Amino acid sequence: MTTLVGVDAARGRRAARAGWWSRWAGLAFVAPFLVLYLWLMIYPLVSGVIMSFQYKDLLSGTSEFVGFWNYEDLSIDPIFIGSIFNTLRFVILTVPAFVVLGLLIALALNRPTRGAAIMRTLFFGPHVLSVTVVTLIWKTVYLPNVGMIDAGSTALGLGPLSILLNPDWALAAVALVTVWWSIGLPMMLFLAALQQVPQDIYEAARLDSASPLRILWTITIPSISKMIVLVAVIEVVLQFQVFGQVNLLTGGGPNNTTRSMVMFIYQAGFQQWQAGYAAAASQILFAIMLVAAGLQFWVSRKPAES
Amino acid sequence: MAKLDPQEPVFSRLSYWLVIALSLCWLIPLFWVLGLSFKPNEELSYGLGTVFRAPYTLDNYSDLIRSSQLGRWILNSVVVSIIQTVLVLIICSIAGYGFARLEFPGRRALFVFVLIGLAIPRQAIIIPLHAMFVDLDLHNTYTGLILPHLGTPFGVFLMASYFRALPRELEEAAALDNASRWKIFLTIALPLSVPAQITLAIFTFLDAWNDYLWPLISATRPEMYTLTIGLAATQTNFDQSEGIGYLMAQAVFAGLPMLILYLIFQKYVLRAVAGAGGR
Repeated sequence: MTTLVGVDAARGRRAARAGWWSRWAGLAFVAPFLVLYLWLMIYPLVSGVIMSFQYKDLLSGTSEFVGFWNYEDLSIDPIFIGSIFNTLRFVILTVPAFVVLGLLIALALNRPTRGAAIMRTLFFGPHVLSVTVVTLIWKTVYLPNVGMIDAGSTALGLGPLSILLNPDWALAAVALVTVWWSIGLPMMLFLAALQQVPQDIYEAARLDSASPLRILWTITIPSISKMIVLVAVIEVVLQFQVFGQVNLLTGGGPNNTTRSMVMFIYQAGFQQWQAGYAAAASQILFAIMLVAAGLQFWVSRKPAES
Repeated sequence: MAKLDPQEPVFSRLSYWLVIALSLCWLIPLFWVLGLSFKPNEELSYGLGTVFRAPYTLDNYSDLIRSSQLGRWILNSVVVSIIQTVLVLIICSIAGYGFARLEFPGRRALFVFVLIGLAIPRQAIIIPLHAMFVDLDLHNTYTGLILPHLGTPFGVFLMASYFRALPRELEEAAALDNASRWKIFLTIALPLSVPAQITLAIFTFLDAWNDYLWPLISATRPEMYTLTIGLAATQTNFDQSEGIGYLMAQAVFAGLPMLILYLIFQKYVLRAVAGAGGR
């Protein structure tokens, strides 16, 4: 490119204009996206921060600058604090399940047989369904008294569990649905990583007649440790944003035990129309997500370096 | 990568059989719902266990087609998802090529600036975005449903890393023939990028089809609902609704097309997911 520019410039004004063009042509390529990006990502991000320092009622249209008032209010709002803990609990319930179960399924299905291919397709299948289809399915599974779970527990003599109405179990029930829905993603990521592990290491270990568990622990897991971290980070970021499942399965109940942070933001912003308050809550969600993802990177990088 | 042979260690065979059992657990809810959708609602009111015996009926499906707006919602979802996918492919391919192959002042800094966007969750900007679209009067329109997704940098990132990995020789030969950058992009780079286009198309289409939060906020009139939002609206009063059989027919009607598409394109879908992680 640079040589072309030099040659062109030496050829008088017309060529100079062409040289100017080739220098800036790249910007023309990226400009349409940049405009959209500035308009639809960066501008809302900045105005969201500003909004979080305002009292802004979307119904009456009033707005005024109130400093940290929204944040102070959030810090003593028991529903918001509860939603942070619910979200953390949800992340703790789902992320280890995604990592461990995803890895176990990937290990078992990492073979070139037809059966393994069919099961890979099967485990990923629910991932293409929208959250509303998933919750329709699981609402009937969890239906009090007559659903699959309650029919089973009644047959076992436990009586109906009505799991979505039970404050101790509702969040775990939502977590189970989430794992069913999207175990396919970690499974496929782990399979991709397992394919990259050179086979000759395994052959050597087998000749040493190392036990399968030992091979798993000393060869397989260290070879895919990068992917384990990546999957954990991706899932933390995804599960912090849990919304559809809880909104549709429990509506935040029973007794506020399943209300997530995004659900809090949605309700504050679009049911109570308190935009400033909701914007402040989104900044806190954003900050927590950044810290969680960053922390995870940092923690997992340490042992690898030492 | 051992085949299932008698020499295979017990441990490995055991885990394989466990996963087979687990995969059955994954299937049970789907078949259960399918069965329920063919049952008369009156009979289901005695208990869902009746799903295991006749009579079965197609009434739920005919009710669905006659009385609901499902057709309209599917049309909305198809229009939004396809337009969004096409626009994302065009915008991100051009921008990705620009970042990957062309020199211009400030390129590196701009690319970093765009990458930062990968860390911005949609929830962090949804409140101001809603207010912006109120001012522009874009809610309850296709434009309003599609636009917010066109500014996300994932596609640019994906396409840029693909173009960067292509061999430069072909493009350099064309440049010596005095072909313009645009022509080089269209005739040489773009055709070579089809695998990445497929990956991006699959992700964008799935994202658009299954999006819940933004359409929930933006499409508030029933005739502008996407399928996802329409189905959500019908299940809010689950217990006293038209009947389990009818609701399950909805679930099948809405879910089956995606599952069939997935089964047809599964090779590409799974490759796309696995490949995206490798980056």
